[in-house]
Amino acid sequence: MTSQPLDPNTKLDIEYILQDLENYHPPRKGWTWREVPAEGVDMGPFHFRDMAKPLAKSIGLPASKYFDHIDPQPSCVVTTEIASGRFEDDIRRMRMAAWHGADHIMVIRTTGQSHIDGLLEGTPEGIGGVPITRKQIRASRKACDQIEEEVGRPINFHSYVSGVAGPEVAVLFAEEGINGAHQDPQYNVLYRNVNMYRSFVDAAEAKKVMAGARIFQIDGAHNANATAKAGWLVMPELMVQHGINCAFSVAVGMDKSLIGLSTVPPNSPPAPKLWYDLPYAVALRDFFSEFKMRAQQNTRYIEADIEEAVRTHTVDTLISMLTRADIQSTITPDEGRNVPWHYNNIRGVQTVKQTWAALDGIKELVSLNHQGPLGEMVRDLKERAVAFLEELVEEGGYFAGVEKGFFVDSAKYPERNGDGIARDGKGGVGAGSLVLRDADYMAPVCDHFGHNALPAGVKKACDPIQGCTLCKPEKIVFIDELDPEDSCHKRLEKTLPYRKGNFIKPEAEWAGDGTVLIQLFVPQNEDIAPVYAVEMAKKMGLLDPEVINTMVLHPSEGCFVEVKGKVAFDIDKTTLKVPEKEIILPEQELRDAVKKVGLKVVAGTVGEDEHSVGLREILDIKHGGIEKYGVKYHYLGTSVPIGKLVDAAIETGAQAILISTIISHNDVHRAQMKKLAELCREKGIRDKVVLVAGGTQVNREMAAETGLDATFGRGTKGIHVVNAMVKVLKARGVV
Amino acid sequence: MTDDRIARFEKRRETLKKMNDEQLKARFWELCNKVVEPVLDLARTHTSPSIERAVLLRMGVDSVSSHGVVDRVQEAGLLAKGAGHCVLKVAQKTGKDIRGAAQAILDDKTVLNGLF
Repeated sequence: MTSQPLDPNTKLDIEYILQDLENYHPPRKGWTWREVPAEGVDMGPFHFRDMAKPLAKSIGLPASKYFDHIDPQPSCVVTTEIASGRFEDDIRRMRMAAWHGADHIMVIRTTGQSHIDGLLEGTPEGIGGVPITRKQIRASRKACDQIEEEVGRPINFHSYVSGVAGPEVAVLFAEEGINGAHQDPQYNVLYRNVNMYRSFVDAAEAKKVMAGARIFQIDGAHNANATAKAGWLVMPELMVQHGINCAFSVAVGMDKSLIGLSTVPPNSPPAPKLWYDLPYAVALRDFFSEFKMRAQQNTRYIEADIEEAVRTHTVDTLISMLTRADIQSTITPDEGRNVPWHYNNIRGVQTVKQTWAALDGIKELVSLNHQGPLGEMVRDLKERAVAFLEELVEEGGYFAGVEKGFFVDSAKYPERNGDGIARDGKGGVGAGSLVLRDADYMAPVCDHFGHNALPAGVKKACDPIQGCTLCKPEKIVFIDELDPEDSCHKRLEKTLPYRKGNFIKPEAEWAGDGTVLIQLFVPQNEDIAPVYAVEMAKKMGLLDPEVINTMVLHPSEGCFVEVKGKVAFDIDKTTLKVPEKEIILPEQELRDAVKKVGLKVVAGTVGEDEHSVGLREILDIKHGGIEKYGVKYHYLGTSVPIGKLVDAAIETGAQAILISTIISHNDVHRAQMKKLAELCREKGIRDKVVLVAGGTQVNREMAAETGLDATFGRGTKGIHVVNAMVKVLKARGVV
Repeated sequence: MTDDRIARFEKRRETLKKMNDEQLKARFWELCNKVVEPVLDLARTHTSPSIERAVLLRMGVDSVSSHGVVDRVQEAGLLAKGAGHCVLKVAQKTGKDIRGAAQAILDDKTVLNGLF
């Protein structure tokens, strides 16, 4: 099945995606790494050493406009986690994330799905994640097919094989072409209180199924440092948890190249992070050299402050680059304050992209000093991990160890705080549900683990049933909806005006959710400031205002506050006056016109303003300014009185006056612009000169209001100014 | 107890210190494999309702029916034979296809009697 090509100027069409899902089968299965040219990648004026093949379509970092719009893509796979509870909204975020460089999209499951004894079907709404169902996977995968074709790089779609229905979920994932999944029986035992024996027996089957579909596996060990009180102390145990899952997975039949360790730099500033995280990262990569590293970013110490999270994640990415990351995961920097919002997924991806570009090839420039304390700390962690395992074996093995609270104790091994998570082998969800297989036990399907008394002469396990669903996808049964009232179709009816109609509302997660964030400084203390912010938001008409971050700048001088709320109204798109896009004349035509009239301008920065950078860029040939197109200019400097500019224009016979107002208070820039037009009228030269103004607080609409011919804001280039002048001269019949 | 454990750790550590990095790594994996060995044996020889439902899914039985079938097989005390095995036997006995056999078990669980 080939997917419908996407047009970058057209939104994803969820109605198209939902069509014909009963016949959808994924065009490919298994995990895909990025294509990384061994010789490096040349982009714009630079040579990159550790980058993947660029995307066909993408959006670079904001500063990329200064660098030929290059958008270097890290050599590692980059993950983003998207799960708002409604997959039909998530797929749009997936597309945005892919355009910024994500090629591993993880979908978190709805709260409680790991305790559901079986598969869910249909498209019910989730809480804190998405109910993972066949229909939801097919729709999302179909969207990913379209998106990967658009950006020109395969997208790995990922979810979770855990809980009491692990084997069934694994089969579902294998059938539907899920590319990556979390699977770690220890996670079920420690954090989901699934019976320990049941969890491991189920895991063997799930892993076998995953191995057959070449689904990349990520373990769950990182949860220990997100759970333990002092996350940085549990490092020896983390190595043991990784080791147990890896050894178990390999024994079941997984390929080592498809087994990833979910590893997090456990510490965070203001702690001296590197002294903990670097030795741990090195020790782990030494012991697990044959396995893949899925480097996660720290979540344990994320607070509501977005910038703090971004800074920690930048250092986390540095640690990945100094050691090794095959997959660099990103955490949305708003995870500490709410369920991730659209644009924070993009910010997470940008943090990795920016760090990776800045530090490209760092290992060729600096190397780790293993001789000093680093080597000692690495060795110490390894010895503690081995000693942990020795004690575990002596104490009766894994299950006995769990019963004795060996795991997630917040002290550094061998010390114990006695706060480890102990589980009773007879307890937990699904306790007593295991059954010993009889000698004639049989399961006539592929990728089944363990004892299986297939009839004599059977070559392939599924021969007795003439093929299983893994061999014959047409045998898969698609269930559409079990509860039509709680389905995406009902939700899509409600959001239709915002998706395909003319109505606009801002959104953070879902179409039409109306969520906005207001940032403000309140010159009050931290008790008063947030209360004020809510009151202010109410008066602005926002619904459900809630303060999600308060940062004290000084105990009495004031606080930075962020308040979210919902906009109660829609705006009809057809009532908006969207300025027409300025059409730039061809460069040669501009040059010819400039030459014909011998275009001369006088220019200066007006008002009490000593800034000149912006104007120089508009003028100078070096910056692609108007000089490049043959315009002669007379630059009068900064803080030039308007009268002086007008006089200079008259004296030199200039056909245009350019003024720049960069930083302006109390509308000084407007007054200056109006004064320029008035003075030219008074002197009787208004129709002989083209009047142009620019500045950071100026926009294109101000021309009409101030009586000038053209006004420009941020991002203006010389060519825009030349274009405007030539157009006016043409209109006046001069050219 | 804790003092005792720390003392044993220090003793263990003396031995570990004598190993080079490669030996230490080999020891780590030797122990990991030792820890998972009995767990693997348990997994090879046991099954669970979820494993059996996962078998039925692969046989082309939908998720809702596979749930019911495994419950019926369990009630009949036949999970140790394999739910897929039971469905296959019913199919052979009744001449129905796999889905038909699963439905037959849901309709009337006595169809499971005398299969083995």
